[in-house]
Amino acid sequence: MSVIESTALDNIELLRFITAGSVDDGKSTLIGRLLHDSKSIFEDQLSAITHTTSKRGMKGVDLSLLTDGLQAEREQGITIDVAYRYFATPKRKFIIADTPGHEQYTRNMVTGASTANLAIILIDARKGVLVQSRRHTYLASLVGIPHLVVAVNKMDLVDYSCEVFERICRDFAAFAEELKLYNITYMPMSALNGDMVVERGDNLPWYEGVTLMDLLENIPIDHDINLDDFRFPVQLVCRPQTEELHDFRGYMGRIESGSIQVGDAVTVLPSGLTSRIKEIVTYDGPLDHAIAPQSVTLTIEDHLDISRGDMLVKTEQKPRVTREFEAMLCWLSEQPLDPKRKYLVKHTTRIVKALVSRINYRVDVNTLNREAVDIFRMNDIGRVTLKVQQPLVCDDYERNHATGSFIVIDEASNNTVAAGMICPPEG
Amino acid sequence: MDIILSDMQEFITPVPNFVMKSEPIVIKRRTARQLGHLDALESESIHILREVAAECANPALLFSGGKDSIVLLRLAEKAFRPGRFPFPLLHIDTGHNFPEVIEFRDRRAQQLGERLIVRSMEDSIRQGRVVLRSENQSRNAFQSVTLLDAIAEFRFDACIGGARRDEEKARAKERIFSFRDEFGQWDPKNQRPELWDIYNTRVHAGENIRVFPISNWTELDVWEYIAREQLEVPHIYFAHTREVIRRGNGLLPVSHLVQPKDGEQPENIMVRFRTVGDMSCTCPVESTATSVDEIIAETAITRITERGATRMDDQTSDASMELRKKEGYF
Repeated sequence: MSVIESTALDNIELLRFITAGSVDDGKSTLIGRLLHDSKSIFEDQLSAITHTTSKRGMKGVDLSLLTDGLQAEREQGITIDVAYRYFATPKRKFIIADTPGHEQYTRNMVTGASTANLAIILIDARKGVLVQSRRHTYLASLVGIPHLVVAVNKMDLVDYSCEVFERICRDFAAFAEELKLYNITYMPMSALNGDMVVERGDNLPWYEGVTLMDLLENIPIDHDINLDDFRFPVQLVCRPQTEELHDFRGYMGRIESGSIQVGDAVTVLPSGLTSRIKEIVTYDGPLDHAIAPQSVTLTIEDHLDISRGDMLVKTEQKPRVTREFEAMLCWLSEQPLDPKRKYLVKHTTRIVKALVSRINYRVDVNTLNREAVDIFRMNDIGRVTLKVQQPLVCDDYERNHATGSFIVIDEASNNTVAAGMICPPEG
Repeated sequence: MDIILSDMQEFITPVPNFVMKSEPIVIKRRTARQLGHLDALESESIHILREVAAECANPALLFSGGKDSIVLLRLAEKAFRPGRFPFPLLHIDTGHNFPEVIEFRDRRAQQLGERLIVRSMEDSIRQGRVVLRSENQSRNAFQSVTLLDAIAEFRFDACIGGARRDEEKARAKERIFSFRDEFGQWDPKNQRPELWDIYNTRVHAGENIRVFPISNWTELDVWEYIAREQLEVPHIYFAHTREVIRRGNGLLPVSHLVQPKDGEQPENIMVRFRTVGDMSCTCPVESTATSVDEIIAETAITRITERGATRMDDQTSDASMELRKKEGYF
């Protein structure tokens, strides 16, 4: 970490990003380079990896060792799970979800991607756009990561050739167009030598774009959450029932999107009852207005029957209330989807029994072709129709991630077996 | 917080073509200011605490008197006031804690008016559940036994802890809701996927969830929050003169548990603790920081990780924490 005025840090933004790439694309080296060049590596970490590098009979410092967490990984020289890293510059704080590139761990990529503002897709300059790069990009687009960076790495191994870089960009852009992805930044780099990561280096004079760090520090992210539609899923009802707070009834939760002011007309869903916001209560005192993603306690003017799982919305911005919907499902469990079984769906603060009534298709993530299938196995992604026992209050995922996403839980094992994203109604 | 709605601002997006900076695309968009990072982290933690309270039948919050759990308590106040905490506080006392931390622990619990349960390793030792090689041996690793016994005694289905992912590399792979089997074991290869902010809190009887609401906070975030919230912390976090000996790469405080060996020369120097754990293996660092602001300034430029500097037990092997966690350590 560089020397920072402590006061300057108090109100900076937090950017979450993931790195995705195939095995040996240099993900770990890139993260190591970002941490090293932004001076976020600690001396004891550096001395530990220097020691390990020499123990393995190699020279210098292997920056990729920085992100190796578990014993099993060090033995096999691979990454087996999402690891989170933290660093800061005077402009922003960063959380990196380091996601593995192995085929069998697609679920970890989806996990890491679900909270990310930005994804860095790493491509080996010698190999170009591979099947895995397409898969990672498809997953990033499916999960709706707002910003994509294509980092063409290992430019040192192709003599820093502008032609190679442009060819890879053209290949990638053709694929991205199929996915309707247009907001992509392309950059050449050598994570190993540090070119275009934090420093520009001297090897890529023909490239006039910004460095990766420059982009990470400056890309606007304040529009990444939906600021238009007020959504407030109730987590808890607070009734202290003490003498001075005898009649207090507060609805505790987090504003998932949009904003709210005292006096605003709200509708409680799924019941449809209406009232007005009386107070916005916080530990630090009452507020006049609050915005996503603040956690607050709301009180309303009327006595209504409201409990966990209900959602408060602004009366003029209503979501869908439905017991049947279509969704893209990413199957995460080794146990395949069994359409005969009932599962649990957790959506916002509501848990309901659910049945997959139809598997519409599976997406071949390499070709993007749709295939008819009877079941989903681990890492399968496709569109299904779900029926739920009680109505869900939801939006389309592409409009609102918080109210358009859900997880599927197997009631027998209690495992999280799938991640779902609600689709707009067909038509 | 300022909200700027309906204010059209111009942003220059990243260059769309591959190599050359041609005409930058200027897009107009409506902006509202994001929450600052401490506000965002705080809100995330409150959301997590409320999910535990809503979905777990019988949770407990692990409170040691250390800075991370002090932050947890403030977050719990923010999450649940004007109501009471929907869980008791639980401390696993190794018997090797710093006396001033124990005094602080009791005082803080009393100020909050919340229930504090203490289970001590001394009892586990007396019952023969923990067998130590020597009286002065570090007790950190054995906390797991007492913790698992307490979980069984009170039938806790969730334990909220102050661990952070930036502390240690095995922690970096931990979920926020971390599932433990009936032996309290963590299986890193078989963790539940954790997507968006939708947490799966479900366990069968006898199983347990460990919940880490400040997973995404760094050491610096914790100190900045302590400063912002004006939280009291035990005074051994501040620089003071202490008798220490140099052993290995660290300093060890001289106490009834740690006595100089042959050739070791005790010194009196200005030190502070970055973590407060077992007295026999928690090392202070040399420091002149006597206020929270000075600690923040030191933390912002520090060159050694928190655990690297302060925990002898994490230096035993590259995988010390991973092994302890697999055995049920929180």
